[in-house]
Amino acid sequence: MFNYESIEDICREAEARGIRISEAVLDDQSEQLEKSREELFALMSARLDVMEQAVSAGLDPELRSTSGLTGGDAARLWARSGSGGMTGGFMLRSMARAMAVSENNAAMGRIVAAPTAGSCGILPGTVASLLAEGRCTREQAVLSLFTAGAFGMVIAQKASISGAEGGCQAECGAACAMAAAALVELMGGSPRQSADAAAMALKNQLGLVCDPVAGLVEIPCIKRNVAGVSIAFAAAEMALAGIESRIPADECVDAMREVGEALPASLRETAKAGLAATPTGKRLREQVFGREE
Amino acid sequence: MNVFDIIGPIMIGPSSSHTAGAVRLGRVASKLLGERPVKAEIELTGSFAQTYRGHGTDKALVAGIMGFDSDDERIRSSLELAREKGIAVSFSETTIPGAHPNTARITLTGAGGRRAVVRGASVGGGSILITAVNGMGVSFTGQYNTILVLHQDKPGAIAVVTHFMAHSGVNIGNFRLSRERRGGEALMTIEIDGGVPEELMDRLRALPEVQQAILIPAL
Repeated sequence: MFNYESIEDICREAEARGIRISEAVLDDQSEQLEKSREELFALMSARLDVMEQAVSAGLDPELRSTSGLTGGDAARLWARSGSGGMTGGFMLRSMARAMAVSENNAAMGRIVAAPTAGSCGILPGTVASLLAEGRCTREQAVLSLFTAGAFGMVIAQKASISGAEGGCQAECGAACAMAAAALVELMGGSPRQSADAAAMALKNQLGLVCDPVAGLVEIPCIKRNVAGVSIAFAAAEMALAGIESRIPADECVDAMREVGEALPASLRETAKAGLAATPTGKRLREQVFGREE
Repeated sequence: MNVFDIIGPIMIGPSSSHTAGAVRLGRVASKLLGERPVKAEIELTGSFAQTYRGHGTDKALVAGIMGFDSDDERIRSSLELAREKGIAVSFSETTIPGAHPNTARITLTGAGGRRAVVRGASVGGGSILITAVNGMGVSFTGQYNTILVLHQDKPGAIAVVTHFMAHSGVNIGNFRLSRERRGGEALMTIEIDGGVPEELMDRLRALPEVQQAILIPAL
């Protein structure tokens, strides 16, 4: 059984058995949770369903958050995808999906925390995009979420997936690493390449602070989900091209924990510094909650 | 931890502490009342009082009072639904010294005239801690079936209650006793592994030492 304290252990097990990481994780979770593989697959499939529904709900141009600060931007990005933009229709639609789910979260819609509500757009923007665009089967997409989940468990246990503890790198950074590992698997990469992709994704989010305006999961969280998707694709493409991370994934997770511990409390979800403390950030806070006594 | 803690839970946004946790606080109050609520007075402290509107905490609390789950899309429109159901809802700010910043006190009045008062905090990640029930200090999370027993503080009271539990094959996971003063009213908070047979609650209520026994089913 896995203890989910090492990405290396999970890779070795999958390599030794000549199977995908997702299959090794599904076997392991089946044993640990004492449920059949079919039951666990169905549970994960239901989560993918909710991700897809959240994409549709979030693409509504009329959608607004409870605070009134955000909403409707995913529809703008989606509209631009028609022209292909600079980076191609696929990339724009993927970013729009991430934004849609994140905006739906801010509007009190239903989402899957993956790993958190603040970072809930990144897996739908990546895995659900490959599925929606016919680049993988539904079964493969559901399975890849087990791979994503395994990387998330290691990060949660060795570092943190809470913005209040580790900053945004712990939320969007973790989601990004999870997504990169899943994307590699979906495109036929090896377990080792999944680990490299996760490492490269984490490296590119290291140090990202959690500084939400008015303490709400909106500004800048929604746009960081969009950026998280692009980083996940970049990391996965590098790994699939045979590029290795010079720093192993497990050591990147250790570094993330150290960086998170070094962040001042003002940059860990308390809305006391960073973007939250800018003049505009403060003005928006007053707009939503009134003047502070 | 398992894979569904990471890819999950399925929830209503925007944040687990402001929505899922708040729904749970409302649900505990609803379960404690045990009948259809007609009035909900909600007092908020600290951060909850400052930010409840922008986070939708008000909607989440009311959704919980109506018995909704934390992944129910009706949470978004719970204030309108409460009005349609004839539940009078009010919000006010209060100060509770030493309370967790995300603390709410919910006073419910039922259609049959019953009252229930629950004070609790959303402590992060959707978890809650109930700190007072009907004015008595308690400490439980709502994750387990929880039995509250109000009784006279006198020798043997705990033994009698736990004897009945043992007899019903119920295993106690956590036990806490609080009392106002020696020989006065005391409260047992008992968290149970697994289910609670209905006849056990009736038996507990029939005990001469017991003034009141309440079951709060696991959320």
